[in-house]
Amino acid sequence: MLKRKYVLSFILIMVLLTISACSGGSESESGENGTSSESGDGTVATSGGSSNGAQEITVRINDDPDFLDPHHATASISFQMILNMFEGLFIPQTDGSLTEGLAESYEVSEDGLTYTFNIRQGVRFHNGEELTMDDVVYTFERLMGLNGGEKLSNNFDNVESIEAADDTTFVMTLKEPNSNFLYSLTALQSAIVPKSNDGKHNESPIGTGPFAFVNYAPGVNLELKKHEEYWEDGLPYLDKVTFAFQSDDQAAVMNLLADEVDLTGVPGHRVPEVEGTYNVTHQNNNSSLIITFNEEKEPFNDVKVRQAISYAINKQDVIDSVFFGYATPTGSNMSPAMGDYYLDGLQDVYKRDVEKAKELLTEAGYPDGFKTKITVSSHNDIYSSIAQIAVENLKEIGIDVEIEVVEWGIWLERVYFGRDYEMTAIDLTGRPSAYEVLNDYVSTNDAENFFLFKNEEFDQVMADVLRETDREKQIEYYHRAQEILNEQAAAVYIADYQILWGSKQNITGLKSYPFWFHDMKEVKFE
Amino acid sequence: MQKYKKNINLLLGAGILLLFFGMMVVSYFYTPYDVNSMDIPNKLQEPSKTHIFGTDEFGRDIFSRILKGSQTAFIVGLLTVAIGAFFGVLIGGIAGYAGGLLDEVFMRIMDALMAFPGIILALMLVAVFGPGIINTSIALGIIAIPSIARVTRSGFVQQKESEYVTAAKLIGVKPYKIMFKHILPNISSQIIVALSIAFAIAMLAEAALSYLGLGVQPPDPSWGRMLKDAQSFLISSPWYTYAPGGAITLLVLGLYLLSNAIRDIMDPRSK
Repeated sequence: MLKRKYVLSFILIMVLLTISACSGGSESESGENGTSSESGDGTVATSGGSSNGAQEITVRINDDPDFLDPHHATASISFQMILNMFEGLFIPQTDGSLTEGLAESYEVSEDGLTYTFNIRQGVRFHNGEELTMDDVVYTFERLMGLNGGEKLSNNFDNVESIEAADDTTFVMTLKEPNSNFLYSLTALQSAIVPKSNDGKHNESPIGTGPFAFVNYAPGVNLELKKHEEYWEDGLPYLDKVTFAFQSDDQAAVMNLLADEVDLTGVPGHRVPEVEGTYNVTHQNNNSSLIITFNEEKEPFNDVKVRQAISYAINKQDVIDSVFFGYATPTGSNMSPAMGDYYLDGLQDVYKRDVEKAKELLTEAGYPDGFKTKITVSSHNDIYSSIAQIAVENLKEIGIDVEIEVVEWGIWLERVYFGRDYEMTAIDLTGRPSAYEVLNDYVSTNDAENFFLFKNEEFDQVMADVLRETDREKQIEYYHRAQEILNEQAAAVYIADYQILWGSKQNITGLKSYPFWFHDMKEVKFE
Repeated sequence: MQKYKKNINLLLGAGILLLFFGMMVVSYFYTPYDVNSMDIPNKLQEPSKTHIFGTDEFGRDIFSRILKGSQTAFIVGLLTVAIGAFFGVLIGGIAGYAGGLLDEVFMRIMDALMAFPGIILALMLVAVFGPGIINTSIALGIIAIPSIARVTRSGFVQQKESEYVTAAKLIGVKPYKIMFKHILPNISSQIIVALSIAFAIAMLAEAALSYLGLGVQPPDPSWGRMLKDAQSFLISSPWYTYAPGGAITLLVLGLYLLSNAIRDIMDPRSK
């Protein structure tokens, strides 16, 4: 009796298997099945997207913020959200330039050392208090560690003194001229926060931005509401913004299709599913996707080895298979998103050329290649995908690469901070300032130069550009800096990949910045 | 012998297992395409005559990778079972034969191990010792110990009161000889069943760990990892999931059928 049952159950399973295999023929049918079953377990806990005309938006974000306090936050994902709550003396624009924010106007002295700012009047914080000189001074003292607390930022090491000349005039004096100084005065580096909120900046953040903090539920969402007394007339349009956390890219698309979120990043290969019914915007991320090396270790200290690897890796294959074509090839750390600071043409220097790569390896003394290891993080599949392509490409020139996938925390500890690695693949997130895009490679920048790249001319160019006040000449310096990175093959520069945003068709006013920021100020539902 | 021929579970189970075993052996000498060579312009191709299971997101032949993946499945399964069997039989045997305090201590440790969700224990071990085939197998082997130890212990407890054991004791046979030469062969059928189930569980767990990105490391193919990679293409290229999903299901099914059959045949009471 018992045996018959087994046979029966076996036959049943086989039948089920056959049925599911057959349904593969009709893609649309299985597609619909997938949608309905998956959307059920979407973990985004929100009250649902906005319907019936309410000006409320739900935006999907990959992960929780590290800090809500803008002076403590370091993760780009945090700024993506909290920049809606805070403003600095200057406001970065979509083209990478700056406009006056909480500073209504400013002056720089002839010697480039004294900066005088006129603080905007009539600006109110979310708690109703008016912005005063006290708050501005408090903010910079807090960042510089002058009010007894710990120093929160290295951006102001070059500042000799700060003072309030009168109720509306704020003066900063530098030790040395720095043409990039204004870029450290945006909300990314120095968001102005009220003195009265001291000690509570992380629990109940208050700023002057277009949206005010309502609630943060870890792992669920961050809710913001309209700042009714915002200083720019008529803005913002939205009444409520919810940033819902959902780490799974695939589930996020389901959330969009199920009307649970209004805006989310869409993986390249799923664009056909949302195109037509949703708007798809392409954002040049301004990131620099690289395969890089520990340049103090042999053999990567030899520029010929680095060039050989640059010739061997097929960048177009990475772009096609990992980003489904949605990426712009780069030739140095800078992306075309940076406008005229970007030097065009470098992306074609290391076109795939296996013969040339072999020659260079032979010249460097490695005619038979060598063995090495590439350490990548597991927090996003793109890194192990890139590593797999690199392994195949490098095999052709005799370099035997082993892949090691580690968790993000371990990657940061071992590779980024510990510099205990041979090769790795990572994307360096975009920043609004051309200087900051390139200064990772300055040999004295211990915090960020994890490739341990060292080039005297590069250091000199980067020091000169800070002393140069003429924009045209600055551009020349930046162009030279990019050439050096390219000649020295400081890393294998692959691409600036695009982020594809899928949004409801009636949403307007979305802007894309050369850094991570979901600007909701001018967004509205038509 | 008649018993074996009539048992359809045995035939099916052994057939499936032999099929995969054959695939594994073949994959050492031949795969239709190189398992890791990429052909990106031909990525995500539907099953066709040139690629019978299609190609993955790097244009690699899925059929070749399934063949190669059977090596991973068998290596992990066998290593796990070897570790589990060695320690499980040793611990279970001593606990069952010695009884008393030793039994209590050993079995409570096993209970503690068993109370811990297996996959979490494996995740922890892999996180500490690093991913890879060997570490995965060790982690899964540790998880397999308690269930094998329990089966062994209950066998020993039953057998040690038998007359042949008493007789052996009386003529002065050494305890370890009694345990492993006399008792063990008598309970081998129960242990074999436990082992084949452990084998199936290990394969599933390896697939799960690789699915979570902690098992076998790329570019070596593993069915679990293939399933994970296929997940992102579930809607655009659903056939990508069929091959790894089918392979895992079929092999585990085969093992369960086989273990059921062995139990039916070996157990004199099931008639």
